[in-house]
Amino acid sequence: MIDIQHLSKRYGNFDALKDINLYIPEGTVFGFVGPNGAGKSTTMSILATLMLPTSGIAKVDGFDVTQHPKEVRKRIGYMPDFFGVYDQLKTTEYLHFYGASYNIPRGEREKLIPQLLELVNLSDKSDVYVDSLSRGMKQRLCLARCLIHDPKVLILDEPASGLDPRARIEMREILKELKQMGKTIIISSHILPELAEMVDEIGVIEHGQMVAQGRVADIQSRLRVKKVLHVRAMEREEELAARLQDEAMVSAVLSDNTGIHVHFGGGDLEQVQLLQKIISWGYAVISFHEAQTNLEDVFLEITKGGPAV
Amino acid sequence: MNWSRKWINPVLDKEFRLRMRTPRSSISLLAYILVLGLIALGFIYITLYLGNQGNQSFNSGAGRMMFYVLSFAQLVLIAFMAPALTAGVISGEREKQTLSMLLTTQQSSSTIILSKLFSSLSFMTLIIVATMPIYSIVFLYGGISLKQMIFIFLFYLFVMLLLGSLGVLFSTLFKRTMVAVIVTYGVALCIFLLTGLLYLFIMSIVQRSYYSMPSTATTYSFVGYILGLNPAGALISLFEPSFSKQAFMLRNGNLNSNAPIQLWQEFVLVYSVVIIASLWISIRRIRPVARRKSKDQDNQAPALETSASDHS
Ligand SMILES: Nc1ncnc2c1ncn2[C@@H]1O[C@H](COP(=O)(O)OP(=O)(O)OP(=O)(O)O)[C@@H](O)[C@H]1O
Ligand SMILES: [Mg+2]
Repeated sequence: MIDIQHLSKRYGNFDALKDINLYIPEGTVFGFVGPNGAGKSTTMSILATLMLPTSGIAKVDGFDVTQHPKEVRKRIGYMPDFFGVYDQLKTTEYLHFYGASYNIPRGEREKLIPQLLELVNLSDKSDVYVDSLSRGMKQRLCLARCLIHDPKVLILDEPASGLDPRARIEMREILKELKQMGKTIIISSHILPELAEMVDEIGVIEHGQMVAQGRVADIQSRLRVKKVLHVRAMEREEELAARLQDEAMVSAVLSDNTGIHVHFGGGDLEQVQLLQKIISWGYAVISFHEAQTNLEDVFLEITKGGPAV
Repeated sequence: MNWSRKWINPVLDKEFRLRMRTPRSSISLLAYILVLGLIALGFIYITLYLGNQGNQSFNSGAGRMMFYVLSFAQLVLIAFMAPALTAGVISGEREKQTLSMLLTTQQSSSTIILSKLFSSLSFMTLIIVATMPIYSIVFLYGGISLKQMIFIFLFYLFVMLLLGSLGVLFSTLFKRTMVAVIVTYGVALCIFLLTGLLYLFIMSIVQRSYYSMPSTATTYSFVGYILGLNPAGALISLFEPSFSKQAFMLRNGNLNSNAPIQLWQEFVLVYSVVIIASLWISIRRIRPVARRKSKDQDNQAPALETSASDHS
């Protein structure tokens, strides 16, 4: 559905994107990860036909973004990282405007808009000025706007930024629903752990280069950290942490006030042996369990190692 | 219903709504009419009570005079209003961060640019039409024909179109509204003042060399063309067709042939080109334009890159 080949973008003599290759099949939810200034927004605006690549090809549903921008625009719903609203319009008028801009006939819009507002939980705000909506509501309204012409592809640039935890969960629920509707979604975000259960693939970009790309599980398994074990002891935790550091399968030990996080490279058998060892050392273990490796850990792990991973 | 769907596109519809919902619009309308009304009242006061004390009638000559004064005042007001209303139409959306979403819709670049211009022009036309009652004072005294009046209003429309197109152009080219507004005012100042001053300056030079020559036959000179670029010059030539002749002549006298061109005709001709060029550039530049790459370039770029990555 989305096909990017050798894409590069220069600003003056600064390379924002260097030879990006990316293929996203139809129906995939793709998480686009990278630190600030990595080039996520640049890639997304090129896909949204707002910017021309310096070289390379980007295609959406078979249409080249530079050669057939109008066809591409028909197929994408784009949500920029920063966006404004026309504050003198009411919520429904706002959606009517964009609907009309996509040449949707009025009668159809009348039916569509209540459904969209329902989808993003803004039905009760249909008759208020957009200005008076909260940030999270504006974000959801903008998502509804992206959907008005029923695009096959959604390009969402940090749709959850600046939202409180509750609003993020709501946003995630909406995205799940969209995924079920069979949309291809590219989503960039800094809050990956929350996306973990819904993205199928992630791509990690850094300094304008793709450093890792693939199924979430594949990427996790490629990393040195196989698991993170969470250990809590009744007392002498620091001493325990120091001793664990010297164990063979342990790559790193972090301790904080919630306990000890052990990056562990062994399998189930080694894990059992480790627990037995700790107990044999005489520590009173309160809990010993496998913490879920979240995408954030994956992200930090990949980016700290640089492009070598 | 059908016609409105055809003529009112979504961008225009939105522009109309947004413009008429801000209190600023009604305030500027009010301020405009107040200023023009005060000028009219001031003129009546001066001519009736301070001017010709013996003859207390406001005759048709004075009516004509008042028409001129109002028309010039209106021209100056338009010069102030048009850049302010148009120089923010694109950059304003960019600053409010709504432009990128507008550009990803199906609306074409020309629809966006022309609708924005049209909505600003409509509002200005509304203001001009709202000043009609003030002009009706002139008709009380006579001396001006309806035809002249219509011509003057069409001329205003043209000046608004000119300044509006320039405003939209700079709004498209510059990221910041502030810059766009300043540049538009700068260019408006050139059109309104610089051309006039240039005319006077060059005229004086040409005249000096003309009088130093032995022959003193009256001829037309190229200098008049400069005045044709000035809205005030063009406006006067609309009042008095003989003005064009004088503008081209180096000394007072009488020539039987017509002036090379009426000043207002030259004005309309030259600035039509400017308007079309401004709009064309705006439409081209609002979205990034793909340079039509030739096929071999297309194939070369990836080839170069693969060979580069082979080396590394
Ligand atoms: N218009 C521009 N002119 C010059 N440089 C730019 C421009 N836009 C972006 N850049 C540079 O390109 C790089 C990539 O920017 P981009 O916005 O794509 O990053 P990002 O991955 O979206 O970052 P963030 O997570 O902060 O949103 C940055 O170093 C930025 O400074
Ligand atoms: Mg960004």
